[in-house]
Amino acid sequence: MSEGLYARLEQRTPIPLAAELRCAAGELAALVGPSGSGKSTVLRCIAGLNRPRAGEVRCGGSLWFDGAVDLPPQQRRCGLVFQSYALFPHLSALGNVALAAGHLPRGERERRGRELLELVNLSGLEARQPAQLSGGQQQRVALARALARDPQVLLLDEPFAAVDRVTRRKLQRELALLRERVRIPIVLVTHDLDEARMLADSMTILHHGHTLQHGAPAEIMARPASAEVARLLDLGNLYEAVVLDHRAESNRTLMDWGGIALEAVHAPAFGIGERLSWVIAPEYVILHRRDRPSRGERENPVAGVVRDCVILGETTSVVIEVDGRSETTLAMNIPTHHARRNRLGPGEAVTVSLLAEGIHVMRAGGVARERTG
Amino acid sequence: MDWTALRLSLELAGWTVLVLLPLGILIARELAWRPMRARPWLEALVALPLVLPPTVLGYYLLSAFGGATWLGSAYEALFDRSLAFSFQGLVFASMIFNLPFAVQPMQRAFESIPREVREAAWVSGLSPRRTFWRIELPLAWPGIVSSAVLTVAHTVGEFGVVLMMGGNIPGETRTISIAIYDRVQAFDDRAAAAMSALLLAFSLVAIAIVYVITGRRARA
Repeated sequence: MSEGLYARLEQRTPIPLAAELRCAAGELAALVGPSGSGKSTVLRCIAGLNRPRAGEVRCGGSLWFDGAVDLPPQQRRCGLVFQSYALFPHLSALGNVALAAGHLPRGERERRGRELLELVNLSGLEARQPAQLSGGQQQRVALARALARDPQVLLLDEPFAAVDRVTRRKLQRELALLRERVRIPIVLVTHDLDEARMLADSMTILHHGHTLQHGAPAEIMARPASAEVARLLDLGNLYEAVVLDHRAESNRTLMDWGGIALEAVHAPAFGIGERLSWVIAPEYVILHRRDRPSRGERENPVAGVVRDCVILGETTSVVIEVDGRSETTLAMNIPTHHARRNRLGPGEAVTVSLLAEGIHVMRAGGVARERTG
Repeated sequence: MDWTALRLSLELAGWTVLVLLPLGILIARELAWRPMRARPWLEALVALPLVLPPTVLGYYLLSAFGGATWLGSAYEALFDRSLAFSFQGLVFASMIFNLPFAVQPMQRAFESIPREVREAAWVSGLSPRRTFWRIELPLAWPGIVSSAVLTVAHTVGEFGVVLMMGGNIPGETRTISIAIYDRVQAFDDRAAAAMSALLLAFSLVAIAIVYVITGRRARA
């Protein structure tokens, strides 16, 4: 990881931090968390604009911060795109970019500026001042400026937050393409999970300044480390249960879900009688067919009544109230034509299976109410 | 028309701007950005000449310039002449009574530069010095010009402090506003009228320049 970025940041005030972030060269790491979770502060600490109480920041093989060493922002080769872009309002697009290329000989700065503006598809707009550019164009200038000093890491603070949806899609595509051309670590701060899943190779979940989990987006979505992470990821179907028994021979752990016995994949890390949290992705909730048995019918059967049924194009999102527990709901997605064939509608009694392989157990973390989000 | 007095007034204004403006930029920048607990007191100190009667300010300056004080005696030792009743004393006094006119517009101008824009400069590799010249100064420019214009206009128009400072020595401390007073006392109505009209036009143009500059900035 000598070419990549490693940051470990600790402080109590003004915003508590206990964060760890890694990003290899050529990798795009998303830093995800709700607003106020300290994402921008983490970026500012890496860029040298904030000084944490303790920790370590290394990038491209050199030490930027470790309590004793604290390089000023000018000496950290770090490209930062501010959420507000923070362009120099009195300079042209080209002026903005060329000014950041101060490490090059005077004569080459403008050429480099033009090159970078071309890279972000702004050729022809070099002479425009920021106020004469659209939001998306300003974002591109900010990106070109961040790249102008040949940074060893690129930090993007919610770069797509202030543009409309069409522009956002376009810019996201451009970022994905840009990655191929600059082989440096890129850290993307976002509160948009879809954006993180779509663009990032790895994801770090930040909450109240603490990093809760780090991993590939799909891995984190499927196996959140805790109920807290599951909630931050807005995963539905999050519940609590108590461990009843472990059956190593059948690779199963038995648990009690408010009176319903469930089988999950063997999880010996949890003691018998221990309370735990668990999630199940909607695609592991299987609707039983009425005419004939379906796959996994004997696996964790649960009876309930359809509460609502929303057609979203080709899939239909179904929410079921578990029998006898109106507070507990299960969400599932089924193909719309299945829903039509089964004449699924509110009030309909149904049976579903919760596939054991889809049940992910985690350490308990105060689920306030058992219901889907 | 007292041309010597007019020239003296303009010279006084020139010197004041030359010395006060760089100093004012430093003060304004600190007041705008540096976090400090004493800020209200420092701001009050800068604004004091706005509310203090010119006679009071003049009295204290006159006392401070006298041979008995460290300032007065140091000046006398250095230049072998009194600071009071001299042009140099007037420049010094002018810097004091112009402090709010010089500092306040520039402080507002520096305050209006977003912190992130300066941070973007640092992250872009610009040293504090280069950030000052390339980013801060151009962005604060309208405020700096406003300060300069107001300082010049106010210096040319100041009467009370200059009179208290022993102004009325032709070529040394008799500024144009003193000359007007002097002409009225001497029933020379024509000269007083001409000089008054000149100052009126001058002040109007100066204020108009300030409004044009600040208005342009507000629209940008």
